[in-house]
Amino acid sequence: MYQYFYELLGSEILATLITAAVPLVNVLLAALIGVYLERKVSAHMQDRLGPMRTGWHGIFQTVADFIKMLQKEDAVSTEVDKKLYNLAPVLVFTGSFAAYAVIPFSSKVIGTEAEVGIFYLLAISSLVVAGILMAGWSSNNKYSLLGAMRSASQIISYEIPTAIVVLSMVMYTGTLSLDKMSQMQTAYFWNWNILGGAEFGFAKFLLIPFMIVGFIIIYISTLAEVNRTPFDIPEAESELVAGYFTEYCGMKWAMFMLSEYGNMFAVSGLVTILFFGGYQSPLGYFGDAIGVHWMIPFEQVFWFIAKGWFFVFVQMWLRWTLPRLRVDQLMSLCWKYLIPYAFVNLIIIGIITLL
Amino acid sequence: MKQYLKNTWDGIWTVLIGMKITFKHLFTPAVTIQYPDVKVPLPERVRNRLYVNIDDCIGCDQCSRACPVSCIEIETTKAIPGEDLGTTSNGKKKALWVTKFNIDIAKCCYCQLCVFPCPTECIYMTDVYEFAEYERENLVYKFSALTETEAVEKKANFEKFQAEKEAQKAAAAAKPKEEQKPVN
Repeated sequence: MYQYFYELLGSEILATLITAAVPLVNVLLAALIGVYLERKVSAHMQDRLGPMRTGWHGIFQTVADFIKMLQKEDAVSTEVDKKLYNLAPVLVFTGSFAAYAVIPFSSKVIGTEAEVGIFYLLAISSLVVAGILMAGWSSNNKYSLLGAMRSASQIISYEIPTAIVVLSMVMYTGTLSLDKMSQMQTAYFWNWNILGGAEFGFAKFLLIPFMIVGFIIIYISTLAEVNRTPFDIPEAESELVAGYFTEYCGMKWAMFMLSEYGNMFAVSGLVTILFFGGYQSPLGYFGDAIGVHWMIPFEQVFWFIAKGWFFVFVQMWLRWTLPRLRVDQLMSLCWKYLIPYAFVNLIIIGIITLL
Repeated sequence: MKQYLKNTWDGIWTVLIGMKITFKHLFTPAVTIQYPDVKVPLPERVRNRLYVNIDDCIGCDQCSRACPVSCIEIETTKAIPGEDLGTTSNGKKKALWVTKFNIDIAKCCYCQLCVFPCPTECIYMTDVYEFAEYERENLVYKFSALTETEAVEKKANFEKFQAEKEAQKAAAAAKPKEEQKPVN
């Protein structure tokens, strides 16, 4: 995409800005739609209606909230460490926003075609931990600090199973580029990695159960990485008020929320790319069928966003299904269950790939 | 090892069962009643805002006396002869101008004790329950059909009549003496 705009406009700065603006718009829309969806899904799962009065079925509720947030006073308590306090939300948001640089929305809409896409994604999402710790420490509030500590330990622990599953997928596909991974799973659902990948053969069927195990592991661990229920002990309302962003208000608080919803979509996108064909259509392309080839990237954007939102929906679904885990349960799930399974899975997928 | 695998399986399976339940609830109709748009039907004998049908009121003051919190304030003036106040719906003849009939609903305890003594059944509980106000004065409901000037006028009329009657009486009392005098 950068290349395209660079050739079109002949200016590096403009091309960079436009390329960066696309995921930014996506993050903002993801937060806007995500909060609305969250409210509606949670309401309907509890047999309620959720917001109904702002526009048709409360469709402008988040817009109204956003406007309220903009008007709020930026209250900073006197005892906070001001530099870190002001920097933390920016850092958290940067971490989740920067992850979008390598996520391919379609074969054309991608920030950078970096060869080490997935490596970069895992690395940059660790920036969020620094931001969270910063927020918790600088707030000078025991609940914030507790939340931040819990969050850091949780994110770091759950990065291990994520990384192992990603590693096994990298072994299988033989590339670190998310775009190439998506391209390899060509446009029919039986070519997706969850169903053994595009190469037809004995290995494909042998791989299916291990791919499913890998999918479950990475889904659970990414869920924990974005601090969603049932892994929301860093912001457990009943124990820690709001965890690491207790002391924040107004737009700074909104930036934490933006990054949370941005992260939700980013990890859903990651799962989609690794196992569910990325931007590839499950049933072939309409543009191909009628011979309008310029339509294909748009279809791909649609499919990627649809798949991403589906997994965001599953995250919300899980939120209203499962109670919050205790800290010891959280750690035992990660270290005693997910990591051993991920390792065994890694070895088996490696052997099958070698065959 | 067997226990470990069983734990894993149980974990996944029970989560799936839970997800099935929540998914079912996603499509069950919501129990929410959207209050200002949709209202729950009230019970039959519900007690809410008081209403006085002033056309039927004979100004007997019984409701005011029954009220345990004294929230009803009634002032009446007798009609002068020749004024026709009409009759109530159950045929009673009205003899008093009700110059003031104020109910301070903020004081009202919704006991309904004022409703039973009313001989013409003109004070009763309605099913209106949304009557919040910004000013406390607005909660004093004035039911009297007469305007203030009319009330003053009626009062003046009666006083004038009373005065005339007194004068007549005085005259009548004085007359016999005067009549007697010439006799003497």
